Amino acid sequence: MSWPEVLNEVIKAMEQFINFVKKEFAHVWRDKKTLLILFGMPVIQILIFGFALTNEVKNSEIIVMDQAKDEASQQIINKIAASRYFEIKNIAMNNVQIEAAFKQGKIKMAVVFPAGFNEALLHQHKAQIQILADASDPNTATMLTNYVSSIIQDYQRSIDKTAAIPYSIVPEARMLYNPQLKGAHNFVPGVMALVLMLVCVMMTAISIVKEKETGTMEILLVSPFSPLLVILSKAVPYLILSLINVASILLLSVYVLDLPVNGSVALLFAESTLFIITCLSLGIFISVKTNSQQMAMLISLMGMFLPTVLFSGFMFPIENMPYPLQLISNLVPAKWFYLIVKSIMIKGLGFMSIWKETLILGGITIVLLVVSLKSFKIRLA
Amino acid sequence: MRTIRFLLEKEFRQIFRNKAILLLIMVMPVMQLIILPLAANYEVKNINLSVVDHDHSSYSQKLISKVTASGYFKLTGYNSSFNEGMKLVETDNADLILEIPHGFERNLVREGHQHLFIAVNAINGVKANLGGAYLGAIVKDFNNSIRLQLLPSSKFNEPAVIEVTSSNLFNPQLKYKFFMVPGILAILVTMIGGFLSALNIVKEKEFGTIEQINVTPIKKHHFILGKLIPFWMLGNVVFTLGLLVSWLIYGIVPLGNLLVLYLFASVFLLAILGFGLLVSTFCDTQQQAMFIMFFFMMIFILMGGLFTSIDSMPEWAKIVSRFNPVSYLIEVMRMVILKGSGFKDILPQLVTVGIYALILNAWAIWNYKKRN
Repeated sequence: MSWPEVLNEVIKAMEQFINFVKKEFAHVWRDKKTLLILFGMPVIQILIFGFALTNEVKNSEIIVMDQAKDEASQQIINKIAASRYFEIKNIAMNNVQIEAAFKQGKIKMAVVFPAGFNEALLHQHKAQIQILADASDPNTATMLTNYVSSIIQDYQRSIDKTAAIPYSIVPEARMLYNPQLKGAHNFVPGVMALVLMLVCVMMTAISIVKEKETGTMEILLVSPFSPLLVILSKAVPYLILSLINVASILLLSVYVLDLPVNGSVALLFAESTLFIITCLSLGIFISVKTNSQQMAMLISLMGMFLPTVLFSGFMFPIENMPYPLQLISNLVPAKWFYLIVKSIMIKGLGFMSIWKETLILGGITIVLLVVSLKSFKIRLA
Repeated sequence: MRTIRFLLEKEFRQIFRNKAILLLIMVMPVMQLIILPLAANYEVKNINLSVVDHDHSSYSQKLISKVTASGYFKLTGYNSSFNEGMKLVETDNADLILEIPHGFERNLVREGHQHLFIAVNAINGVKANLGGAYLGAIVKDFNNSIRLQLLPSSKFNEPAVIEVTSSNLFNPQLKYKFFMVPGILAILVTMIGGFLSALNIVKEKEFGTIEQINVTPIKKHHFILGKLIPFWMLGNVVFTLGLLVSWLIYGIVPLGNLLVLYLFASVFLLAILGFGLLVSTFCDTQQQAMFIMFFFMMIFILMGGLFTSIDSMPEWAKIVSRFNPVSYLIEVMRMVILKGSGFKDILPQLVTVGIYALILNAWAIWNYKKRN
């Protein structure tokens, strides 16, 4: 073939490709219900999760059993009531009521003052308070116990003003990146990775399998068009839709959730594009391997939802996991994207800090595409 | 009755014909339940710490070894400047920086007063809170031991002491897995029920087979029952498998009555299946059904109290979670399995979910009629 001929072929292929993309776009555009869901879903979810999810523990309902009813116990109870960590639900009268409240799931903790509390404190210089915590949730139990203990210590210090404590080390804590300890700083990058990932994977997986299931894929494949072009043209409209989603998520996080974009917006979009392509490739991979929409969906939702939530690192620290699971977490694209978004948006870092993550995402994409293409060809043969 | 029997036979045959999907329904939840609780671990350990020691004194050395010996912290950097420590935070290699200022020991001894600086990566609130709290406690301990060392005991009269004794009920060893496993099982049962029922009717619509059923004298509620019962049974099987896995692998034996647990799970399954059916009456394609189901599932699951506590949410979100059936299942599972709560304790949740089951299924039947 001479050069002009090759060029001609390329141009022809390009034209075909563009026509295919147009056709797919029309397809997506026609289904207004799906379109509404696709654009509405991420917006609503970012809003809900951005405002509602927080790892902080506050407003925990507790019960107080005050058998002393004296000045000291009353003062401590007032201090506990004033703290934002606790909501005193009830002043209990007896042990049976406390146990019932725990079993009905109504309270997280009970604080018990024994009779003669103030008396003991004044005369024996020693008094006791008992804390019962619902440790079915171990972390909350630990945190709440710590909070109450420090409130009690504060009180103790306040009744003994005369003793200036010598040789004091005063720790001063500074909260980096997120001084108000808002949940959104952590959850928005995480939810962004989660939503983009699942939506992209699902969309491509389903739309390709659907053609298989209804038999139209056969027609496409026996036509003279390259199967690669057929599949890519299905992915392009979803890439564009997803980029619109990224834009709306970012606008919401900045203007509604008050989240900063400390780094470069252009870099954030470039990385998002890469991540979307990774997810679309995963969708293609799933659709090549399955034969029915039902199967594709079960795999992309049932099979991937919880693992993505858990292994991306925004809910649970990856370094806490057993080593084999840490290795598995490396295969989850959302983990890398979460790190990237966190670095650019919140830490304000540049490309030099995330080139490794970028490279890994690129690698995953290439492997997925090559494997899909290979098994696709086998099917054709 | 006969009609329902025939319908059930058809549904079951369709389910059992597709071995791959059946296998997926059974094996995937079991696999996830075996693996995921290991990943969902928030025990506080391995907090990465970078130390910036400007003092290089015996006190600063003692403090550092005390911190690293506590078991909560992993020393990942011993830096000479705060900026170097900050680099470690940027690359996620440090969660906390402990900065010991110049003249730490001298000032403490001479002036009786000295500051320490702690910088916490606060993007993730739990690590920040817990890590900061533990570091503070260790510093306090260290401070007390220094005080004891420097002060003759007679000079320093301990003021009145309030002793706090605390006990951890229901999970005295503070095992995080005991908390997560029942919750994850709840999620898996929800997903199986919700996705399968939502997809199933839409599939008949998309393939046109529903038209054939519509022209036969089968009553609408027969049709709905024929769809509900098989998935309800499947859901219960998955639930049982899950309980077995949590017993065999994690040693979790429900403290409460198994019958109470099954009663609640059965009613819950009716509710979530009803929800799936309702979604499928609104959709024309499996794709739409999946997206809508996915949308609600994400909200149900992330706001269900499995990962973050509902108490800490803002008021409006607490109200939303009251309409979330999954939050009741997670709550009841934890209550019955870990606390041994009985029928009376879970009655309010049972009634609520029962009402959801009635409303959702009635709505599904009504909506299904309207469309034909």
